[in-house]
Amino acid sequence: MANNKKKPALTEEEKKLFEDLLPNEYRELSELGVQRRHFLKLISIMGGIIFLEGRPVLARSGFEETIHATPAFIENPVKVSFHVNSVKKTLDLDSRMTLLDALRERLHLTGSKKGCDHGQCGACTVMVDGRRVLSCLTLAATCEGKTVTTIEGLARDNQLHPMQEAFLKHDGFQCGYCTPGQICSAVALMTEAKNGDASYATPDIRSAAQPVELTRDEIRERMSGNICRCGAYPNIVAAIQEVYSGTEVAQTWQHPNDNR
Amino acid sequence: MRPFKYTRAGSSQAAAQQVMANEQARFLAGGTNLLDLMKEDVERPTELVDITRLSFTPIKTISTGISIGALGKNADTANHPIIRQQYPLLAQAILSGATAQIRNMATNGGNLNQRTRCAYFYDTAMPCNKRQPGSGCSALEGVNRMHAIFGWSNHCVAVHPSDMCVALAALDAVVKVQSAEGKERAIPFADYHRLPGDTPHVDNTLKPGELITAIEIPKNNFAVNSYYLKVRDRSSYAFALVSVAAALEMQHNTIKNARIAMGGVAHKPWRAVEAEKLLAGKSATEENFMAAANKVMENARPLEHNRFKVALGKRTIVRALQLAMHTKF
Repeated sequence: MANNKKKPALTEEEKKLFEDLLPNEYRELSELGVQRRHFLKLISIMGGIIFLEGRPVLARSGFEETIHATPAFIENPVKVSFHVNSVKKTLDLDSRMTLLDALRERLHLTGSKKGCDHGQCGACTVMVDGRRVLSCLTLAATCEGKTVTTIEGLARDNQLHPMQEAFLKHDGFQCGYCTPGQICSAVALMTEAKNGDASYATPDIRSAAQPVELTRDEIRERMSGNICRCGAYPNIVAAIQEVYSGTEVAQTWQHPNDNR
Repeated sequence: MRPFKYTRAGSSQAAAQQVMANEQARFLAGGTNLLDLMKEDVERPTELVDITRLSFTPIKTISTGISIGALGKNADTANHPIIRQQYPLLAQAILSGATAQIRNMATNGGNLNQRTRCAYFYDTAMPCNKRQPGSGCSALEGVNRMHAIFGWSNHCVAVHPSDMCVALAALDAVVKVQSAEGKERAIPFADYHRLPGDTPHVDNTLKPGELITAIEIPKNNFAVNSYYLKVRDRSSYAFALVSVAAALEMQHNTIKNARIAMGGVAHKPWRAVEAEKLLAGKSATEENFMAAANKVMENARPLEHNRFKVALGKRTIVRALQLAMHTKF
């Protein structure tokens, strides 16, 4: 059945990959195309390589300016170059691949989380060109030339971003799964509020834009796209208020023997 | 998700021709609804033409009012100084919908073309005339709490999900579209979305290959007295049970001109023209607002699970009008 269909020719990169990884089968697959058994063998080998060379593959320096291990066969390939956390990345990817999957599966930036994969939970929130968006509803193919910032890009060396510090101080999470999305969302919210962007909770929408006073209601409305199943909301609100106001906000929790 | 070819459109005409040439091709703008539907296997395009890099983005004042670019983001539209100052009803409606992340992605044109969130439309295991014409409507006698009370047919009882469109309906917007041949056409907002009739799979009156370029809103005197009130199951990030766009033009203590449009109640934004006429020339009292609300609901045809929308709708109309008059906070 599938054999009757003409397979697309292999790219130079694919040829090299197959030559390196499947030398015995290379001739067959270059003539007849990639079969299922080649694919299975390939992913077994690839898995082993990642296992054996875990450290070097995951090392940050190894990532820069490279085309990352391209899957052997891509049905509708799109070449995309974009900046991720200030590093230029070039990927050949399937047109269907979301930005979230590209970050997690191809660039191994697994901080951004896949919660619902349908734009309902906010766990995948990243910033594209400085604005918070849902990476699960963004096709990676649309990101050509754009600048992506993920949770991994917020700290400067060993210095955490103030929002990360505040989440730690205020205990803005329990299980932590929604946290990367919460923090990226909160960081973008700072800019929006300083620019005077309105929300549905803003009392007078007609008044000219000026830095918003981030009340609890304003923060809750503006953060409604990030769901926390553990219910750390009061602590998240406190963390955001502290970073935005620059003045200390009382913690909503205390150690059990603090007042003894 | 099924495989599809992805291309970036170089020009609007090239994009339109590409979509014309392949019945299974779709324009891709913000993608917030389309990609979700593709993941659910409800939409199955074989080709996506990315139009986000086309130039239909600016918001500009024109002689008749304001023109909003179809590819402008919802967030930018809601926060544009002219929209906030002169068309606050639209800004409020946009900000009541979705989340900050989604509003940063979703485009103005795409907002008009989003599909219903009827659960049966999303569930490919269930019959749905909108998804698969002729298969039947599961909601008619199914769980229809979120569904229509106006304008539905036995073929479809789904509602249009947009908030932005409710404000645009109230403000007599005009949808500017361009065909693959470059011909322009202006569609009055009331004619843009359709009632389901026996063809619920057709949401709007766009012709194949036509692309929205802008949305125009005529000048009005509603800025001082307008309000978009949305009632939902939770206080943020939920679709409307009922929403009301209310706008009044006052002359001293008399209503010169009124606008009432509702969301969450019909297959399209539901404009209540009769009730608007009833308010013209009257004073802005709770009694008159109630009379208008009763007028709107005279024609309501609730389903098994959404009878509450009739009473809720009346109260929401009265309250939205009061909020527009700043008499209730």
